[in-house]
Amino acid sequence: MNGAQDLGGEMGFGPVAPEKDEPLFHAEWEKRALGLTLAAGAMGHWNIDESRHARESLHPGDYYASSYYEIWIKALEILLKRHGFVSDEELRSGRALSAGAQAKSKLLAENVPAALARGGPCDRPVDGQPRFKPGDRVRTINFNPPTHTRLPRYASGREGVIESVHAGYVYPDSNAHGHGENPQFVYTVAFAGSELWGRSADASSVVSIDAWESYLEPA
Amino acid sequence: MAHHHDHDHDNELDPMTARVRALETILTEKGLVDPAAIDAIVDTYEHKVGPRNGARVVARAWSDRQYADWLKQDATAAIASLGFTGRQGEHMQAVFNTPETHNLVVCTLCSCYPWSVLGLPPVWYKSPPYRSRAVIDPRGVLAEFNVVLPQSTRIRVWDSTAELRYLVIPMRPANTEGLSEEALADLVTRDSMIGAGLALAPGAA
Repeated sequence: MNGAQDLGGEMGFGPVAPEKDEPLFHAEWEKRALGLTLAAGAMGHWNIDESRHARESLHPGDYYASSYYEIWIKALEILLKRHGFVSDEELRSGRALSAGAQAKSKLLAENVPAALARGGPCDRPVDGQPRFKPGDRVRTINFNPPTHTRLPRYASGREGVIESVHAGYVYPDSNAHGHGENPQFVYTVAFAGSELWGRSADASSVVSIDAWESYLEPA
Repeated sequence: MAHHHDHDHDNELDPMTARVRALETILTEKGLVDPAAIDAIVDTYEHKVGPRNGARVVARAWSDRQYADWLKQDATAAIASLGFTGRQGEHMQAVFNTPETHNLVVCTLCSCYPWSVLGLPPVWYKSPPYRSRAVIDPRGVLAEFNVVLPQSTRIRVWDSTAELRYLVIPMRPANTEGLSEEALADLVTRDSMIGAGLALAPGAA
């Protein structure tokens, strides 16, 4: 979706301003926000693609005015409501008022190290052969779905070169919406800066994205 | 937060503290999350998983050509051999800086970052100024990190749009022959493994 999250090439946000000796967390609540987000995800009712879509679906004004952990918490509330775990009334009162949905699983403290060390691999077997090979010239499709996608606008409808062919991966455009994993091959596609940014480009810069096969057509 | 809380303690809390505490309380009361699990997650990223992991990978690659080749071919396995696996590092790729090419990693669409080797991302990495400009003005962004490269050095930007996570292997600084891997690792900064910095010169660590 053409949401606030799709930031590549946008302007007006000012300098990067890295913070010297930045602490890992800037407030105690950020620690709880991190842990809550991961622990709630471990209940097993949504996947990372649905999570990302919930975050990018925030109103752009809200998205840009929020710190990243604020974005996480706002999206987590949306996911918990969508899946029947909490109600608006509960969020208002700050306490449980009804049983709500039952979780498929619960992450216990003793299982945290193993769960984090395992992660959530999302490579999957794909039938057939990759459509493209390294060196092939391709053009990304030009589309503007109102739903989740991982093809950024700045690299949409642009010509580039297949640099490498990766495994099959869960297709986020369908997985975010409960339409299945539908794995596809993923490719690293390199674009000349001038193809993306025209005369404004750093002459020698090259930008790559990792693109699912259905984002690509032969050039 | 505009909500009116009916319990006293929230009056003293800032809005996000109150909001997150409310959420944790509800989920805990319902038996959906274990507060001790949240503690354990936080402890992991405060004390166990951070950029020192990545620094060890870089130092090994600088010291051992065979390891560097393995890292180029199969970064996930090469990194796992040092004990670094897991969440947001399931599918790793290492990209090597050279005098000709400097690599810079960004996630324009969210905040994808190689947690298993770098830990949690800094705020700037997740924020609009970096995410918007790294792809259109990488040299300008690098200048804000006091990194000025020769015009002859091509800048290669990796936008982490899928589930591959990128670790930049910075160039080994001069005058580091004979240093132990441990001493080399001390020269490897977090920013240098994102591409937003260079490895430190010996004596500067």
